[in-house]
Amino acid sequence: MEHFRLRVLICAGTGCMSSGSKKVVTALCEQLANKGLEQEIKIVETGCHGFCEMGPLVIIDPQGVFYIRVQEADVADIVEEHLCNGRIVERLLYKEIGAEKGILSYKDIDFYKKQKRIVLANCGHIDPEQIDDAMAVGGYDALNKALKTMKPSEIIDEVKKSGLRGRGGGGFPSGVKWGFTRNTPGDKKYVICNADEGDPGAFMDRSLLEGDPHRVIEGMAICGYAIGADEGYFYVRAEYPLAIKRLRIAIQQAEEKGLIGDNIFGTGFNFHLKIKEGAGAFVCGEETALMASIEGKRGTPRSRPPFPAVSGLWGKPTNINNVETFGNVPQIITKGADWYASIGTASSTGTKVFALTGRINHTGLAEVPMGITMREIIYDIGGGIQGGKKFKAVQIGGPSGGCLPEELLDMSVDYDSLLQVGAMMGSGGLVVMDETTCMVDISKFFLSFTQEESCGKCTPCREGTKRMLEILTRITQGLGREGDLELLEVLAKNIKLTALCGLGQTAPNPVLSTLRYFRSEYEAHIKEKRCPAGACLGLTQYIITAACKGCGLCLKECPVVAISGEKKALHTIDQAKCVKCGACMAKCPFKAITKG
Amino acid sequence: MNNNQTQCCCGGNTNQFVKLDEILKKYLGVKGALIPVLQETQHAYGYLPKEVLQNMAEKMDIPVSEIYGVVTFYAQFHLNPRGKNIIRVCQGTACHVRGGKAILQAIEDALKIKAGGTTLDLLFTLETVACIGACGLAPVMMINDDTHGRLTPETTTAILASYTEVM
Repeated sequence: MEHFRLRVLICAGTGCMSSGSKKVVTALCEQLANKGLEQEIKIVETGCHGFCEMGPLVIIDPQGVFYIRVQEADVADIVEEHLCNGRIVERLLYKEIGAEKGILSYKDIDFYKKQKRIVLANCGHIDPEQIDDAMAVGGYDALNKALKTMKPSEIIDEVKKSGLRGRGGGGFPSGVKWGFTRNTPGDKKYVICNADEGDPGAFMDRSLLEGDPHRVIEGMAICGYAIGADEGYFYVRAEYPLAIKRLRIAIQQAEEKGLIGDNIFGTGFNFHLKIKEGAGAFVCGEETALMASIEGKRGTPRSRPPFPAVSGLWGKPTNINNVETFGNVPQIITKGADWYASIGTASSTGTKVFALTGRINHTGLAEVPMGITMREIIYDIGGGIQGGKKFKAVQIGGPSGGCLPEELLDMSVDYDSLLQVGAMMGSGGLVVMDETTCMVDISKFFLSFTQEESCGKCTPCREGTKRMLEILTRITQGLGREGDLELLEVLAKNIKLTALCGLGQTAPNPVLSTLRYFRSEYEAHIKEKRCPAGACLGLTQYIITAACKGCGLCLKECPVVAISGEKKALHTIDQAKCVKCGACMAKCPFKAITKG
Repeated sequence: MNNNQTQCCCGGNTNQFVKLDEILKKYLGVKGALIPVLQETQHAYGYLPKEVLQNMAEKMDIPVSEIYGVVTFYAQFHLNPRGKNIIRVCQGTACHVRGGKAILQAIEDALKIKAGGTTLDLLFTLETVACIGACGLAPVMMINDDTHGRLTPETTTAILASYTEVM
């Protein structure tokens, strides 16, 4: 058994790899070899540790010293100063905004302190390509306990008691769904893991699969045993090549150890896993479309009933759950439902992994107990708005969700509260927007996405979203008309009621939500032909205010000679000539030019 | 244009389907194999030539119209030849809010093609995707399997130039 005095953990998730962590790994390996230290110091390439804004991330255990934005050129200092001589490289430490001194350990950083990492516990701490790492910290213990000491019905009761709800967006009680599938008679059943994470702004599932794939595999196997299935599929979107690679390795290693396959732990339980790659269709995240895709067909949904639990893949009873849902299962079995239900709120138990993105200082992944407020997520963990700008809204739930304005920042983040305010939990992607974001433009953005991804099978979605998009486009171009907003609302309500699947039924949500909280912005676009945020190009005006000192710099800068004025007197912009390039505003030394 | 001649250097018809046959052997008797077969076929041929699809239809006993329906449904499949380097610019929400449009514009200007197009020298194909899943690094683009994040229009054109030099 090897003994290392130090472990160097380097994030090798997709995020850090694209900011150079692979080169850091290579440099580290070379330099440690040159100094003959490979036997004393272990290099571990881990999955995503979550603090993506500060990547590439390096952690030195056992102290947990946390280095940020590490580049190839920094490796020499880390090796010489820290690894050889025990001296911290101060310049690579993280500093809270405005602080002078760096923080030594990630455990003391607000971004991590306020989290409760259950599902993500191992991400960033183990090598996902070595099954022994996962097993050393309890991997497959829950499966062992389940197979050897629990009956399938007991497992389902435990999952029901825990209150676990689907983490993919629907929030349906997982134990109840497992129960339906178990109770459907049949010799052949399937378990499917929905890893088609298609919401723009969401990367929780990707990181979990890249960082701790065995946790999800274990959850699926426990489910298979509980419902009576001997075969499982991972449906992973093709845009996640690293997740697919690590899953392949994990499944192979689990098979080699007899943890997946025939006669697991000698109990007679068989469970085989296969991976199917998506082919670029957002609608295949919908369960019936997903199953059609596995069957080799066009990914169009079908009506339900029958639900997958009764008739699913190839007509057999099937249980489909999201990656994060399965990721929660092992700990529920190991530590018990009561423990799990003590976290979060009464009707939304446990934790949720959120992807913090957009105009926020600390982008990355955070796992927090349900019931936390949005303000805590955005300000305490997220570090507030970039550039000191003003918070405007946070989009939650992706293209199916809604936005929360400032007045809702103190609401509890849980499944039911969010539904009440016109939003939804969704997969957990949070996109933070500031004063420069136009809410009309954002709803047009989401609707363009859902229109593009609509499978075309049902008229309400295929035709309805197209008509809504046309109206929104006109509004952003200054061609909005009296009655447009009422028409949008009528269309939205009809589509929600009549579309075939979740994609169509929720596509109008961003529009309804922004109309509810930002109606005045829509009205400004239509009545005044003005975009208050200054984002819709055709509706933005650059105006020189009274702060102008008449220096003439903007006049010289303007590429279309649209500015006129005498020296030391107020200058003006001819709106008819102005092409809205913004060069004048960028040049003005007195901040006298505004956009809006 | 005869699609066969861009792919097969021997110019003849007999060797055209060798790669397809190897792939089909692997999936013999596997349920729901059409999509994985299409994925591997596209990987082998660079795209999905019409003749290959017709041959696939015969051998898999699936009507060519059904295969065509599947190919045109999924964004991943392409019926026309593609560039050596595939650029995927993320236009997802997080990237949009952090300037994704400007990145797309910079690439279109540099390569003189629009999204969906391929450069005349077949060096680059430009696509937009809804979300790559690296939102912490927005705005992001992928070139082949490499992800590039925290982009500005300037760093974007520099990265493109580095791919040109390698050729």
